[in-house]
Amino acid sequence: MKYTITKDPHEDERVQKIIEISGQNIFSCYQCGRCSSGCPMAEFMDVLPNQVFMFLQEGDVDTLLNAKTPWICAACFTCTVRCPVGLDLAAVMEAIRELQLRKNYDYVDPYKVEEREELPPIAMVSNFRKFTP
Amino acid sequence: MGKKVMFYPGCTLKGVAKNLEDSTVESARVLGYDFVELPGWTCCGAVYGLAQDSVKFTIANVRNLIKAQNYGKEIGDNRVIAVCSMCYNNLRRAHIDVMKNRDKLKTLDLFMDEEANYEGNINVLHYLQFLKNDVGFDKIKSMVKKPLKGLKVAPYYGCLLLRPEEIAIDDREDPHILEDLLKLLGAEVVDYPLKNECCGSYHTVDKKEIVGERTYKLVSVAKEMGADVIATSCPLCFFNLDKRQEIAKQKHSEFEHMPIVYFTQLMAIAFGLTSQDVLHFDKHYISPEEVLKKWL
Repeated sequence: MKYTITKDPHEDERVQKIIEISGQNIFSCYQCGRCSSGCPMAEFMDVLPNQVFMFLQEGDVDTLLNAKTPWICAACFTCTVRCPVGLDLAAVMEAIRELQLRKNYDYVDPYKVEEREELPPIAMVSNFRKFTP
Repeated sequence: MGKKVMFYPGCTLKGVAKNLEDSTVESARVLGYDFVELPGWTCCGAVYGLAQDSVKFTIANVRNLIKAQNYGKEIGDNRVIAVCSMCYNNLRRAHIDVMKNRDKLKTLDLFMDEEANYEGNINVLHYLQFLKNDVGFDKIKSMVKKPLKGLKVAPYYGCLLLRPEEIAIDDREDPHILEDLLKLLGAEVVDYPLKNECCGSYHTVDKKEIVGERTYKLVSVAKEMGADVIATSCPLCFFNLDKRQEIAKQKHSEFEHMPIVYFTQLMAIAFGLTSQDVLHFDKHYISPEEVLKKWL
């Protein structure tokens, strides 16, 4: 895929917003791939965790906003504790979700959840906290 | 009457995980501790907020910590025991977060008019930590009436007892606190390489198929390692590994079911507490009765 970076990613407003919300310096990632190799959810993702950082460093936030990956991440922190530069990847995933959620976007509709009586309260509370504004 | 210690049950233990609550409180009673429910506790929020610019996910936890601070002074003990992994993770993270970021605490203190300020002296412990460090494994060993000899258990920690690093109850890549306890109870612990891998967590609400696949992997590997049951401490891991076996079986015909138990249930059984008022096997999708009948 041919790729042209037209704008300095450091000046991209949305990249800055992600840095601000997550508190992580996304430019310190050097693509070692340790996050993706240990991710239990990687097989269900369309963009791998290390690729998320690649797109961010290139300022391509649109790809990430359209990707499934931030909504597949289960915030299990496996990557966070293994990252050699100490990046909290789970927080970056959350920041990408927050960009959308803060515009009042519902990824999950609580009224359409099946088997509500059976699910443990913690399942629903955590799901709605991650996937609704 | 045993020594009074504050216990934070959390919402799930009051319903679908009654088996976890009762086996925890009753096993502690055997060890000489009276677990008193923290008066007026509220939901912990289940997942800790990761956005740095917001304190909304911290407030409920700090409120709980303040309630513990007040009641702790009454009973003269600053420990709060949580057994649900999510509750433990949240309370502990909130404590560390506001202690590290005092400006956050100040914002919260200003926002909460009615409560006293949080002084930061509450010690949030997971039941496993409490058993190891405060009760002592020797004492537990002396209380075992029915050693679980011959029962092969796969210990499963999940994520929230070990990650992020600041709240880990043991080594995050190779923990052994649960193994040590299970061995004391007489059980045979199998080597379980996936013991700290995620079960799919809250995706069980809207992406059951993913959790079904995770369950398939986690349970199949435990079976391959020779386990009879998987022991866990998290009600969400429990639900996923237990109930989602239904989906795993639909997708993979060769899949064999395996019962899931809480480590506290095994402890209760080893202590001779075999009543269904403590164990509540009706809360299990795959009943562990057949596997455990030798000790019941």
